[in-house]
Amino acid sequence: MGDAVKKGFMNIGKSVTKIDSLSLAAGDAVFTDDVHVKNPLYVAMLYSPHAHALIKNIDTSAAEEMDGVVDVLSNKNVPRILHTTAGQGFPEPSPYDTVLFDRRVRFVGDRVALVAAEDERIAVAAVQKIEIEYTVLEPLFDIEGAFNKDAPKVHVDDEYAKIPVTYKPENNLAAEIKIDFGDVERGFHESDFVEEHTYNTHYASHCAIEPHAVLAYFDEMGRLVIVSTTQVPFHARRIVSAVCGIPVRMIRVIKPRIGGGFGGKQEVILEPLAALIAWRNRRSVRIVLSRREVFVSGRTRHAMRIRLKTGVKNDGSITTLDMDGLLNAGAYGTHALTVLSNVGSKTLPMFNKVQNLRFHGRSAYTNLPIGGAYRGYGATQGCFAFNQQVDIITRRTGLDVLEYIKKWHIQSGETSKVFEALGEGKEGVSQTIKSCRLDECIDRGADEIGWYKKRGKRIQSGPDLVRGVGVAVCMQGSGIPRIDMGSASMKMNEDGSFNLFIGATDIGTGSDTILAQIAAEVLQVPTQNIIVLSSDTDLTPFDTGAYASSTTYISGKAVESCAREIARQITGRAAMLLETNEDRIFFREAAAVDEKTGKTVSFEEICLHSLYQDEQFQIQAQASAVVDESPPPFIAQFAEVEVDNKTGRIGVVEFVSAVDCGQQINPLLVEGQVEGAAVNGMSFALCEEYLFDSKGRMTNPRFWDYKIYNAGDIPVMKTIVVNSYEETGPFGAKSVGEIAINGPAPAIANAVFDALGVRMFNLPMTPERVWMRMKEEGVI
Amino acid sequence: MEGSFSINGEEVTVSFRPDDTLLAVLRKYGFTEVKEGCREGECGSCVVLLDGMLVNSCQVFAASVRDKKITTVKGLGTMHEPHPIQTAFVEVGAVQCGFCTPGMICAAYALLEKNPDPDETEIRQALDGNLCRCTGYVKIIEAVRLAARRMRENG
Repeated sequence: MGDAVKKGFMNIGKSVTKIDSLSLAAGDAVFTDDVHVKNPLYVAMLYSPHAHALIKNIDTSAAEEMDGVVDVLSNKNVPRILHTTAGQGFPEPSPYDTVLFDRRVRFVGDRVALVAAEDERIAVAAVQKIEIEYTVLEPLFDIEGAFNKDAPKVHVDDEYAKIPVTYKPENNLAAEIKIDFGDVERGFHESDFVEEHTYNTHYASHCAIEPHAVLAYFDEMGRLVIVSTTQVPFHARRIVSAVCGIPVRMIRVIKPRIGGGFGGKQEVILEPLAALIAWRNRRSVRIVLSRREVFVSGRTRHAMRIRLKTGVKNDGSITTLDMDGLLNAGAYGTHALTVLSNVGSKTLPMFNKVQNLRFHGRSAYTNLPIGGAYRGYGATQGCFAFNQQVDIITRRTGLDVLEYIKKWHIQSGETSKVFEALGEGKEGVSQTIKSCRLDECIDRGADEIGWYKKRGKRIQSGPDLVRGVGVAVCMQGSGIPRIDMGSASMKMNEDGSFNLFIGATDIGTGSDTILAQIAAEVLQVPTQNIIVLSSDTDLTPFDTGAYASSTTYISGKAVESCAREIARQITGRAAMLLETNEDRIFFREAAAVDEKTGKTVSFEEICLHSLYQDEQFQIQAQASAVVDESPPPFIAQFAEVEVDNKTGRIGVVEFVSAVDCGQQINPLLVEGQVEGAAVNGMSFALCEEYLFDSKGRMTNPRFWDYKIYNAGDIPVMKTIVVNSYEETGPFGAKSVGEIAINGPAPAIANAVFDALGVRMFNLPMTPERVWMRMKEEGVI
Repeated sequence: MEGSFSINGEEVTVSFRPDDTLLAVLRKYGFTEVKEGCREGECGSCVVLLDGMLVNSCQVFAASVRDKKITTVKGLGTMHEPHPIQTAFVEVGAVQCGFCTPGMICAAYALLEKNPDPDETEIRQALDGNLCRCTGYVKIIEAVRLAARRMRENG
């Protein structure tokens, strides 16, 4: 077809309106719990009040006798099938340590039983009539002591790892990773000074405003339809099948509109329960979690302790870098290995010139809520430590932190051994960076915030208010190379429009729109000519789902190659109609043009001809994409803070994000991803906090007490997207979904130091914590 | 018990229990554009206009507001005839997952009814009872500013 697509983008790089946004704004868009299901069973759950206990006996008879109660599930009547809720590819890198209802409870909020009833009130009342006899065991809350011989053991039964990885539940070790390059000890020996610091990041909830929900019902053929707030419909189908013993062919999973995910809805928690109740009772089922349940029994960001030890020469050269990470997996090991791996793999390649490098990471089981996937996925934890360490080193050596980062960070044409060493439960994939415009991100971000006018100036902005600025740089990935797969199929309609079927899962990010733009660009039609149907395991081809910043890059490549095959078929028909050679055809505005004669034939005519006239066939195609690398987007984020030096209250005055995500597919959606992630990151850094009592109970599982940012809290926000192009990406694109959540905490912490000279090693930076640190440092 | 409401201009008579919330009743009878995010009056996904006043419908007993006028986001505009606030949300990219959007738009409407020319602080205050986890609020604030301008210009 020659170079059918002329240069100069028609759809790419344009802020095409997000295709579902009007429907959402008008209130027509359908979310899981908006789907009408006739007479569903309602479900209420019983959770453990103990952090660690054995269930001696369960008496469900009083609940079962209640009018309107249809089914009661517990370990008495549900087979014990080990699995992981992680919602990852198969075989999963997370341990198989979970069953639907176990004999042992491992945290306050662990599921013990459930009641399915004719209405919600009955279910709630009945669940309280279930009587459980527990043998209470000593709980394990302290991650530092988790590996001690006499520490309580969280998993002592038949839990196992599905793939060959280090997994020692008998030691509470949910995962372990070790990499070692060069000679770390010699590096310390050669250094002029050593900086060793310990950083702690905390638990956090995703707080998608829509709580987890699932419906299950039977279609007219007796197949089970599961409508779910899932980020991973295909994984959900596979896991439901395995856990419930229902054949895959009998299950259809549909993801309708979804009210935010952020990783929390990658977990396949509710689908097996709904499927099981439906299957046992031949009834429709509805499960919607309360906000409390999402906080306590959903998933969280893994809390972490990271110790960073760097050997440094007086000129600032890092002779050795030693990172020791201890991740609090909570009660189950979902994502405990891969988040841990990402702590290293998304931070250590940043300074790829460091020759001596060690990363030792361990994930510990505890009797606390369950960690899991959360936007940023370990990079958030790692960046908090790494960027403060860089700030500390440059302050001690008197170097300009921006110039220092520019000198040391990975550049286009360079690689890092870490890429090859750290993968997703196995070794990673070696890659050379092909696009990195981080220098420009740093320069433009610094200009925007007025860095050199503010840094180190401690500007007084009120009687007790002092200002400071801080910076953080981060990288993420674009999907999981040689593991994640996306696919697409397309067909042409007689008005020159196209149906695009994708397994990719739009969780509010706008990926349906992005993927339509990619298809439209290949075919040189307006984006509105692409009709998207996504995330239905019956109708759309496979996709691993919405995680690991993979959709634009991997699913996008599948869509691009699918559309190219459609273009090939259109070109063939056009050549036939224009009586010319295929290599003389190019596309312009939904028509094929003979570049010699200038004669055109519209897509409408082409499709009509191919469907009705001669040598008929349906112009249609399908394609899959697996990638060999995961090109990192890069970001520089700058915070200006105003600290009350009497109370320790931090206000963020301005926040600037400058990002290199390759070619932007849709600038408005890129900005939306960056702004949303940055605000989530600030909220995480400053006010979100899980509070636990001495028994391991979360005491603030509600938005009143677990404070997240609202419209009144945000600072002046600036987003800069630098011009970049990733040659391996679809139309030059990389990912942008996660990266901007990582920088706020370290940028703010560095800004606080700039203002006060006080280092914040622990999150969140609440006024109390800042005030205590000011006391410790004697500045108050 | 039974009760009548004027919902988006239509008289609706439905039965419910005395302790049912307005949110539960609205959703049960098909007004699913009113979303439930927390059931504790904090997230704002369920806000509707009750005789023109913005309320969290999860905090109101249906029985206590019988015969009152209730407006949901669908009462402001539709996909085919959107309200300028809805159009502005779409145009500036203020809609991501869209779960908070119906509530946000109702809150913006309530503000602009009282104050057609709000400044940034007033917009932020008017929206601070509505949580959004996707957008970072930047484009939502921009959408309200744009809608206000257009509504002023077009009377």
